Amino acid sequence: MSLTLDEVKHIANLARIKLTPEEIEDYRSQLSAILDNFERLKQLDTRNIIPITGDFHTQIEIRADKPAPGLLLKDLMRNAADFDEDQFCVPPVFE
Amino acid sequence: MTDLTDLTLGQMTYALSQGEFSSRDLTQAYLDQIDRIESVLSAFITLTPELALKQADKADQEWLIRRKQGTLEGSPCLGIPIAIKDVLITNNIPTTAGSRILETFIPPYNATSVERLLDSGMVILGKTNTDEFAMGSSTENSAYKTSRNPWDINRVPGGSSGGSAAAVAARMTPVALGTDTGGSVRQPASFCGITGLKPTYGRVSRYGLIAFGSSLDCVGVLGKSATDVAVIYQRIAGHDPRDATSTDRPITTFNKVDQYRLDGLKIGIPKEYFIDGIQTEIVIAIEHAIELLVTLGAKVNEISLPYTPFAIPVYYLIAPAEASANLARFDGVRYGPREKAEDTLGMFQKTRGTLFGQEVKRRIMLGTYALSAGYYDAYYGKAQKVRILIRQDFEAAFQEVDVIAAPVTPTTAFKIGAHSGDPLSMYLEDIFTTTANLAGVPGLAFPVGFDTDNLPIGMQIIAPHYQEDLLLKIATAYQEITDWHLKKPPLISI
Repeated sequence: MSLTLDEVKHIANLARIKLTPEEIEDYRSQLSAILDNFERLKQLDTRNIIPITGDFHTQIEIRADKPAPGLLLKDLMRNAADFDEDQFCVPPVFE
Repeated sequence: MTDLTDLTLGQMTYALSQGEFSSRDLTQAYLDQIDRIESVLSAFITLTPELALKQADKADQEWLIRRKQGTLEGSPCLGIPIAIKDVLITNNIPTTAGSRILETFIPPYNATSVERLLDSGMVILGKTNTDEFAMGSSTENSAYKTSRNPWDINRVPGGSSGGSAAAVAARMTPVALGTDTGGSVRQPASFCGITGLKPTYGRVSRYGLIAFGSSLDCVGVLGKSATDVAVIYQRIAGHDPRDATSTDRPITTFNKVDQYRLDGLKIGIPKEYFIDGIQTEIVIAIEHAIELLVTLGAKVNEISLPYTPFAIPVYYLIAPAEASANLARFDGVRYGPREKAEDTLGMFQKTRGTLFGQEVKRRIMLGTYALSAGYYDAYYGKAQKVRILIRQDFEAAFQEVDVIAAPVTPTTAFKIGAHSGDPLSMYLEDIFTTTANLAGVPGLAFPVGFDTDNLPIGMQIIAPHYQEDLLLKIATAYQEITDWHLKKPPLISI
């Protein structure tokens, strides 16, 4: 299992991460080695197993949808790199 | 005068209730110890001495009132200091998750586990170092510093809760909160010669825990002894409506009357955990520890957990897949610093590319790949299925035995830099700890000896879901007749 440089660039694009050319090469070799090692999972017969995501023991409890006091907007906004009153500001999305 | 940092939580509470010393005295003793050795160990990312003394004074006022009222019982944590791993949100105290991408983040609320400790009157000394977003086994992936092992400062304290473990071992705090997604409480506890509990998945609320692997993450406790760990565990455990995975099952506490006998207890020894390449001294120390448990009445069976060798690939596909989704929120918009770019997409990419560290980016890439079109079934889907086989291993074993005893790690603490540049070799170190997270069961690590380099050796015991009380009882019984947990690192007397 060997990843190509283009595959690494594609994954980085999906993950919204800008990588340097050195990082692309490093990740290509490191991720290839890791995935090679993980190939051993393929030897297991799992045809009759229904996959479950998450933990299996915990009953997920959904709380009642009742209004309750929440966090203050000003406290939430203060951590943003750029904001205007109650709105986050970002660079242009479209030209 | 007795060194206050040697006391158990029980002794501290008693002394505080009697007015033998104040919470301020106690807090100052730990702050002094931090002053002495933090520059060597780098256990903390943020220290909060002024806040700690303020909280201590408040606790002292409360004790004063209680003494007047004669209501001294039922406050086992009032005025006792604690350190918090820096992946748990703390109101108005910077919380970085060991990452540059949260360097400027000052949370507006507390994690539920932290809130419960504060409600109990505990004193926060600071936020401890961690691998970035808890991804690592050594703290070397922290963006800020590498913590040192108090037993040998050229070695790692383990990770990712390495700052918490080093701080407890070096008596810079009596207890600490950590988190365990694949062994991040048990492994550093083992490397630093202390006791660390990873509770059952769902037993402690994760509200306010910066998410890494949501089907695996647990908030845990590190302390000098099982009894200290039990006190804190009982404060933080329990249902929280703000975490849908938290359970409302009652919390069982162990019965102190019979805690020193283990008659009838069946301990399983999984043969797959004693593999080639494991340090011989670890095997010998664990055999001795089990012999001692037998003298207390326990019985031993060899068992098999046949899917253990597959735990690493399963864990390192599921955890990064979940991380790739959880860490999507860090994009320079709502919190943390931002890198400048012409457009929003470019800003996301540059912010994440620049401010995430190498290991975090590696795992996001791995997880993104495992979830991507064309590879989902082969990697993430396959890992989910094998995870079920690993869980079934435990279910079958617990038909035969009450608990499982095993090593925590294949070696004692490794040297700083030993695995740098080879992420796979670092991942393989987690072979004995990831299984409990994949199965969702509780595990407890505690010291059972030292190797010839005078490095601590830990053992872990694993119980069925929600039987933390059994683990704490066994470790307490063991610690009643041994003194490994009382040994102090040589650094302390400097």
